[in-house]
Amino acid sequence: MRSVSIIGAGCTKFGERWDSSLRDMIAEAGVMAIEDAEIAGEQIDALFVGNMSGGRFIEQEHIGALIADCAGLSRLHVPSTRVEAACASGGLALRQAILAVASGYNDIVIAAGVEKMTDVSSGTAADALAAAADREWECFFGATFPALYAMMAKLHMRRYGTTHDQMAQVAVKNHHHACMNPIAQYHMEINIDDVNRSPLVADPLHVLDCSPISDGAAAVVLVPTERARHFVDTPIKIVGSGQASDTLALHDRRDLTTLDATVHAGRAAYTQAGIEPRQVDVAEVHDCFTIAEILAIEDLGFVEKGQGGKATADGITALGGRLPVNTSGGLKACGHPVGATGIKQAYEIALQLRGEAGKRQVDEAEIGLAHNVGGSGGTALVHIFTR
Amino acid sequence: MTTQAPRFWRSIPQRYNLLGTHCTRCNEYFFPPRILCPNCRRGAHLEEYAFKGTGRVITFTTIFNATEDFERLTPYNLAIIQLDEGPRVTGQIISSPEDVKIGMRVRNVFRILGKEGDRGIIYYGTKFEPLVEDRSEKAKSE
Repeated sequence: MRSVSIIGAGCTKFGERWDSSLRDMIAEAGVMAIEDAEIAGEQIDALFVGNMSGGRFIEQEHIGALIADCAGLSRLHVPSTRVEAACASGGLALRQAILAVASGYNDIVIAAGVEKMTDVSSGTAADALAAAADREWECFFGATFPALYAMMAKLHMRRYGTTHDQMAQVAVKNHHHACMNPIAQYHMEINIDDVNRSPLVADPLHVLDCSPISDGAAAVVLVPTERARHFVDTPIKIVGSGQASDTLALHDRRDLTTLDATVHAGRAAYTQAGIEPRQVDVAEVHDCFTIAEILAIEDLGFVEKGQGGKATADGITALGGRLPVNTSGGLKACGHPVGATGIKQAYEIALQLRGEAGKRQVDEAEIGLAHNVGGSGGTALVHIFTR
Repeated sequence: MTTQAPRFWRSIPQRYNLLGTHCTRCNEYFFPPRILCPNCRRGAHLEEYAFKGTGRVITFTTIFNATEDFERLTPYNLAIIQLDEGPRVTGQIISSPEDVKIGMRVRNVFRILGKEGDRGIIYYGTKFEPLVEDRSEKAKSE
């Protein structure tokens, strides 16, 4: 198996992009990544794109061929594959691209992600997202996505004494980080009172505990590590890739306050990378809801189970803390165009490890981690990167 | 919400009467019914099993912002309930929000879950309500 590196990365502005279509955004992100890698279209061997629900959001499937076409690669007949794992579609596209290069099948591969969510009403978007849960045995009885995470939060509060103020601190921190990220959806500081005063969605989660509906696209260029320095001076090595699955429905899980898929994907990635969780310098984790970041930092082994809320309140995961988490602003404040999120995480980590993250730069970041979750934890992907 | 008659009709026995399966080889109960036992897989001996419908609340939430199909019900309580036989299910609790507690005993009731407009299919299924038991049993469950 060959070692794989990122030689280029691009990401569009996230947010309500009324003026841009899915086609516009994927071309924009793709061109940014290719120019960053200093390669030409003719050199690309394969494309992988994460997209959760083109069918529901823009009534367009067959996104693989579409992105090859939009990227101007249709006349070169470059193979292009769309992958789907709900909100983890981007992370899964990254992994598929890694496997293609690692195996020796392909040399230069693009991993991309894209979602255009604001062409439909928020009700339609919510219903499309709910398809990541168990339609027959959760949604049918009235479950919503925030409700599933609210039930995890309620049990976490009861078992470990986690408070809503601690959860709100995740949103406060990530909004603060997003203010330093030019591509973020929100450039707006908030405080704990703002979160508490925002309307309840599913008790204990308020509107400001939830990630938004967003448009956006991101792309990275992968090559075998042995060739990476032929293209660029600062390639980023992907030293670990883990993927795991779990039951589709939350109620069937072993433990409702642990995402076992995260634990297993993390373990696989740490083992492959040969590192311990405490060695990670910067992490992008899947904070679709504030409680999700608390669960993630526990399940990835950054803090002990039950200590995620306290660690957040203590500032450990803030910029300047021991382990800055979601310097991009996370899903919460950078935005969450579901298929693009997993690739945006890799983009943010690449910037951090290259020392190009501007005001939100983590000093001397050498090891970065990206964690992407599908649904309420039915799929998880963990990737580890080094300089 | 499902929107097609066959899709709803297919699950009527399970949704109306909590009909699941029981693997007699490993003695685990499954709801909804599983075609493959995750413990024994192809070596399983699965038989139909009608759940008693009693259980306790593992965790819950009150939903204020629902999808269009459930908007008329807000606020409503949603819980994960562990049935006495073991499996957990997601379902609504008919009660005022302040009365729902983690650990409380509940039992299933037959209710309307949704409608396809004024003239379409009415979806029936299971919800749960607080189970009033004698004090000694209640003390045991808490």
